[in-house]
Amino acid sequence: MSTKTAGRKIVINPVTRVEGHGKVTILLDEKGNVQQTRFHIIEFRGFERFVQGRFYWEAPTIVQRLCGICPVSHHLCAAKTTDMIVGAKTLTPTAEKMRRLMHYGQTLQSHALHFFHLCSPDLLFGFDAPVEQRNVIGVIKADPETAKKAVLLRKYGQEIIKATAGKKVHGTGAIPGGINKNLTIEERDIFLKDIDTILQWSIEALELCKKIVKEKLEFFLNFGAFDSNHLSIVRKDGCLDLYDGLLRAKTADGEIIFDMVKPEDYLDYIAEEVRPWSYMKFPFIRSLGKEKGWYRVGPLARINNCDFIDTPLAEKERQELMSLSGGKPINASMAYHWTRMIEMLHSAEKIKDLLNDSDLQGTNLITQGTKQKRGVAWIEAPRGTLFHHYEINDNDQIVLANLIVSTTNNNEPMNQVVNVLAKDYLQGKSEITEGLLNTIEVGIRAYDPCLSCATHALGQMPLHVQVINHKGEVVNELSRK
Amino acid sequence: MSMNVVTFTIDGVEVKSAPDKTILQAADDVGIYIPRLCYLKDLPPGGHCRVCTVKVNGRPVNACTYPVAEGIVVENNTEELHSLRRNIIEMLFVEGNHFCPSCEVAGKCELQALAYRLALLTPQMPYLYAQKELDATHPDVYLDRNRCVLCGRCVRASIYLDKKNVFGFENRGISMRISVNSNDGLKDTNLTKDDKSMSVCPTGCLVVKRQGFTIPVGKRPYDKKPIGSEIETKTVNS
Repeated sequence: MSTKTAGRKIVINPVTRVEGHGKVTILLDEKGNVQQTRFHIIEFRGFERFVQGRFYWEAPTIVQRLCGICPVSHHLCAAKTTDMIVGAKTLTPTAEKMRRLMHYGQTLQSHALHFFHLCSPDLLFGFDAPVEQRNVIGVIKADPETAKKAVLLRKYGQEIIKATAGKKVHGTGAIPGGINKNLTIEERDIFLKDIDTILQWSIEALELCKKIVKEKLEFFLNFGAFDSNHLSIVRKDGCLDLYDGLLRAKTADGEIIFDMVKPEDYLDYIAEEVRPWSYMKFPFIRSLGKEKGWYRVGPLARINNCDFIDTPLAEKERQELMSLSGGKPINASMAYHWTRMIEMLHSAEKIKDLLNDSDLQGTNLITQGTKQKRGVAWIEAPRGTLFHHYEINDNDQIVLANLIVSTTNNNEPMNQVVNVLAKDYLQGKSEITEGLLNTIEVGIRAYDPCLSCATHALGQMPLHVQVINHKGEVVNELSRK
Repeated sequence: MSMNVVTFTIDGVEVKSAPDKTILQAADDVGIYIPRLCYLKDLPPGGHCRVCTVKVNGRPVNACTYPVAEGIVVENNTEELHSLRRNIIEMLFVEGNHFCPSCEVAGKCELQALAYRLALLTPQMPYLYAQKELDATHPDVYLDRNRCVLCGRCVRASIYLDKKNVFGFENRGISMRISVNSNDGLKDTNLTKDDKSMSVCPTGCLVVKRQGFTIPVGKRPYDKKPIGSEIETKTVNS
């Protein structure tokens, strides 16, 4: 990007404590007013291209390789797409419930990772706390008991994934039309032994999050807040459902934009814009256009969009949160943390219910029907709605793949949060401090972006910031290694 | 010395064998594993891959083709030979396009299993990234030359077991590739998914369609035990 701008340019490159590699640029004019902000995604993966020519049953195993954090989402979403291709309209109870168990295990571990490992340093120590403290090691030193629970929460979720997918990362459990294993009694009993503890720790995590937020409620409700549409899948009866459902979109005020949209019709409702400065596309709701059609996805959008949650503890928490806005959608970026912890609790409740369901020990694992050439499916990944679309030829080879990834859906909101925070915190400042820059990153982190899979990162994540004057000269520089 | 038995040693262990056997067959009979790739019981030996190279009286030979003889001294389980075998496996990896993480035969692939057994951590030689063809034209099977190691098992199985002659080699040296007996790909051959040749491929080159990933991780042949352990469970000279 050219540095010869009218004012100054602040670059945060890369953004830290997020999954993947991105950078932020903030252009200030000579008076220090924010002219333009951008959240760039500077890595490229290209999975949509290199699955072409491969066989459809390979998709769930190939595509998940674009991420090591929530590969289960891609694995399951691709498998759901191939269900359509093999004509498996309804899975066997064992297959459906094994996949759900896998998904809830993943959501549990991913949300725990995000809250404790990536975000709690900001929330516990302050956005401008010393960098030596503001990391997961700092959390371990300050509160070893909480840190231990965080690690074990993740571990439990990862073990669930291993028991259902075969491996903790990049398993092969979900296959076209079903699953390749059930849950043995021995495996079930190991999980049952600890599930009440996991439930308790999920409640404690939520309480910790609520305590932090409630202490500065006004601040958190206004920090990086902006109105947006909200998009997610919901069950047919409007219930929160992370694994399957129909698409619903609401305005910032809670008006329904569309509802009960089927996966195969997604292109009638969603389009993607390409902007030359980012590898990540900008999806929008067709009927509202590029300017007004962007939306949030993820925990906040899901809790805003659903009518209720079918697990009692999480539903009670949802009601408490939504009472803050009189039942209307909440448009505060930091509410992502609260809603994420509600979903972690929901996942733990769901895991408990599933472990007590004998269908998991069933042996009827696969169904098939009439083969189709086109398959589209979605799933609510931890970070938001994930779309997979494949088309195949007569030889079973994929000829078209389109992935709209959760973080891609949140692209414009993350750009918005950078803009809002830059105006609130950097405008007029002659000197930028590391703490101020972290404030921008705190806003991005709330969305739990996974930039690797969104572009379809490697290496270290140093932070490099430059302040450049209108002559293109570097007048201030900060680096974090 | 009996006319019907020859006695020799493998790594110092005395082995008795019928005189019409190869070193590899005799070793198998007594539970000694000699790594191999192109060899398959029930097929005549091909001698293609050289993974089964052993030393006989200090001279490297193919164990799959070299006959036993009275008094020979065979070296098998030595670091020198393992290093040579590792180099062969490494060359096969870098010449092909083997992406184990997403390959449907991972866990049952003999090439992958040999790499694990011989402790090939990561190739040191440069990858060729050669452009190879995938033949998906057949309704029930596919031939992915990216994963072909030119072992010739399918060629021999088609001739000797299926009596069909579907496969063959074409070109020489680095250009050598597996070919099919038709002008328009696998779909115009008389190959069926139930042919014996469909069950002999050591890698994911010749595969029955729509069966991928049905065996869960943990239950695949080499998930728990290394390749060769099925031979080593036999008792020596039993």
